[in-house]
Amino acid sequence: MKILVAVKRVIDYNVQIRVKEDNTGVVTDNVKMSTNPPDDNAIEEAVKIKEAGKATEVIAVSVGEEKAQETVRKALAVGADKGILIKTDGVLEPLAVSKLLQKIVEKEKPDLVFMGKQAIDDDCNQTGQMLSALLNWPQATFASKIEIKDKKLEVTREIDEGLETIEIGIPAIVTCDLRLNEPRYASLPNIMKAKKKPIEQINASDLGVDTSSRIEHIKVEEPPKRKAGIKVSSVAELVQKLKNEAKVI
Amino acid sequence: MSVLLIAEHNNQDLKPFTLNAVTAASQMGEDLHALIIGQNCGDATKKLSELPLVKKVIQVEAPHYENFVAENFAPVIVKLAENYSHIVCSANTFGKNLMPRIAASLDTSQVSDIIKVISQDTFLRPIYAGNAFATVKSKDAKKCITIRPTSFDPCEGSGGSAPIEKAEAGEEFNHTKFIKREEIKSDRPELGTARVVVSGGRGMQSGDNFKLITSLADKLNAAIGASRAAVDAGYISNDHQVGQTGKVVVPDLYIAVGISGAIQHLAGMKESKVIVAINKDGEAPIFSVADYGLEADLFDAVPQFLDELNKLNTIQK
Repeated sequence: MKILVAVKRVIDYNVQIRVKEDNTGVVTDNVKMSTNPPDDNAIEEAVKIKEAGKATEVIAVSVGEEKAQETVRKALAVGADKGILIKTDGVLEPLAVSKLLQKIVEKEKPDLVFMGKQAIDDDCNQTGQMLSALLNWPQATFASKIEIKDKKLEVTREIDEGLETIEIGIPAIVTCDLRLNEPRYASLPNIMKAKKKPIEQINASDLGVDTSSRIEHIKVEEPPKRKAGIKVSSVAELVQKLKNEAKVI
Repeated sequence: MSVLLIAEHNNQDLKPFTLNAVTAASQMGEDLHALIIGQNCGDATKKLSELPLVKKVIQVEAPHYENFVAENFAPVIVKLAENYSHIVCSANTFGKNLMPRIAASLDTSQVSDIIKVISQDTFLRPIYAGNAFATVKSKDAKKCITIRPTSFDPCEGSGGSAPIEKAEAGEEFNHTKFIKREEIKSDRPELGTARVVVSGGRGMQSGDNFKLITSLADKLNAAIGASRAAVDAGYISNDHQVGQTGKVVVPDLYIAVGISGAIQHLAGMKESKVIVAINKDGEAPIFSVADYGLEADLFDAVPQFLDELNKLNTIQK
C-alpha cells in the first residue's frame, strides 16, 4: 500500500501574526515558517502505518514556492521515502491545490491520501474534501483514530457532538486532527539521511490545470482591538463589577 | 438571486445554529430556500418551514441520508444548486465536512467561515485563527459559503409557513458507511453555546484541582473550558479545549482561571462579551484582553469567588 501525504508550509504557530501596513496581507518576510501542525500528524500516521508493515511507501507532496522544499525535506526526515514539490508562484486557493494534487494522485496511484484537517494560515478547511470530490473517493475528515482493516479503514472523527466512527473503502482521503498521534522529532542522523532522499520538482504550470484565482482579496486588516479593561483589587470588587456594571451574573 | 441554505438537524429537531445560518443566508439574497436532507425528518422539516425568513423548504428523504454522510449529501445538493446563486451552511463540523465536496463538484472556490456579509459577493472572514480579518470577493458565478454561526444572531424561530416541496433522492455512495456516533452527554450547557464559560489552564496544576473550576461553573450554570496546555497536561479531556485548535466560543461571560493567554487560546475566546482573568502573573498576556483582571493566586481567589457568589440573592442562569 502506498500513502501520499500533502504538507503545507505556513507561518509557525508560535509567531505573533502582523498585518502589513498596506493591508495586502500579513508579514511573512523574516518570519519563522514550519509545517502546518496537523500535516505533521498526517505524516506521523503514514509513517506509523508503514512501520507496522501495512504500507510500503510514503510520499510527501507540497504545493508552494521553492522554499516549500524545506517542508518536504522535513517529512523525509521523519520517515517519508520520497518527496514531490509542485512549484508555484504566489498563493493558490484550495480548489487549485486539490486539482494539482489530483494530477499527482493520477500519476502516483496511492491507496490513501492523508493531510491535515485545516491549514493554520488561511483556515479554509477545504483541500481534503475537494480532492475527494474530484476523485470521487470516500473522505474521513477530522480523524482522531485510524484502523486499517483489510481493504477498508475504520476512522474515528472528531465532530461537534462528540465522536463519530465511519468505515471507508480504499482508496480514500483522510484529513487528520491534532489528537490523532504525537508527531516525532527528526533525529540528526535521519535529517542527514533525508538529504539523500529524492525530491521530484514539478512546475504547477506543466500539470495542465486551471489554478487561476477565483477569490479577490480586497484587504487584510487587524481585528478590532478590545478596549482596555481594568484590574480589580479583590474578588469582592470583581463580583460587584460583574453584577452591577457588566450585568452578566 | 436565490439562496439555498442547507439545514443542520438530527431528523427530529433543527440544530440551533441553523437559525444563525438562516440569518446569514438571508443577508445574501431575499429569495431564501432551505434544504433539509435526512430520513424521517418530518418534524425538523416542519420547524424549518416555520422560520419566517425561509420562503420555501425542499425536503429530500432516503435511508442513506439518516446519518448525514457528506458523500451521499453532496450529489443531490449539486443537482439542486443549478437554480441558486448561493449555497450556504454553518462552518461547524457538519458544514466543514460537506461544503467543499459540493464546491469542488461545482468548480467553485469556497469562501469558508465568514463572520460578516458585506454584499452579495463580498464577505469578511478571519484568517490566522482570528489574528487578521480578510475582506474577500468571490468571482465565481455560484458561491459556496460557510458561515461562523456565533457571528450571526439566530433568526425568528416561528410564525412562518413556507411551502414544503419534496425533491428526489440521489444514489447511495457505497464506499462510506456510518458506524456509530458517541455524543458527549452532560447536564451542563454545551461549550459552544453556553452563556457563561469558566476555563482552567496550566495554573490549575492538576486534574484534581479542576474541581475548583467545576464548582464555579456549577454556581454560574456555565460550561467548562480549558486551555491547550491544560489538555496536553492531561488535566481534562480534549473536548473542553478552547482555542485555535479547539472550540471558538463567544459567551456573554468568559472566566479564564490560571490561563496565561497564549495566542492559540486567545483566538478561541477573545470575541466573548465580557472577559475575566484570574492569574498570579500580572504580566500574563490574558490581561491584555480581559475586561476585569484579578492578579491573585487562583487557589485563594476561586474559593473567595464562590463565597461572594453565595452572598448574592440571585444569579442569572
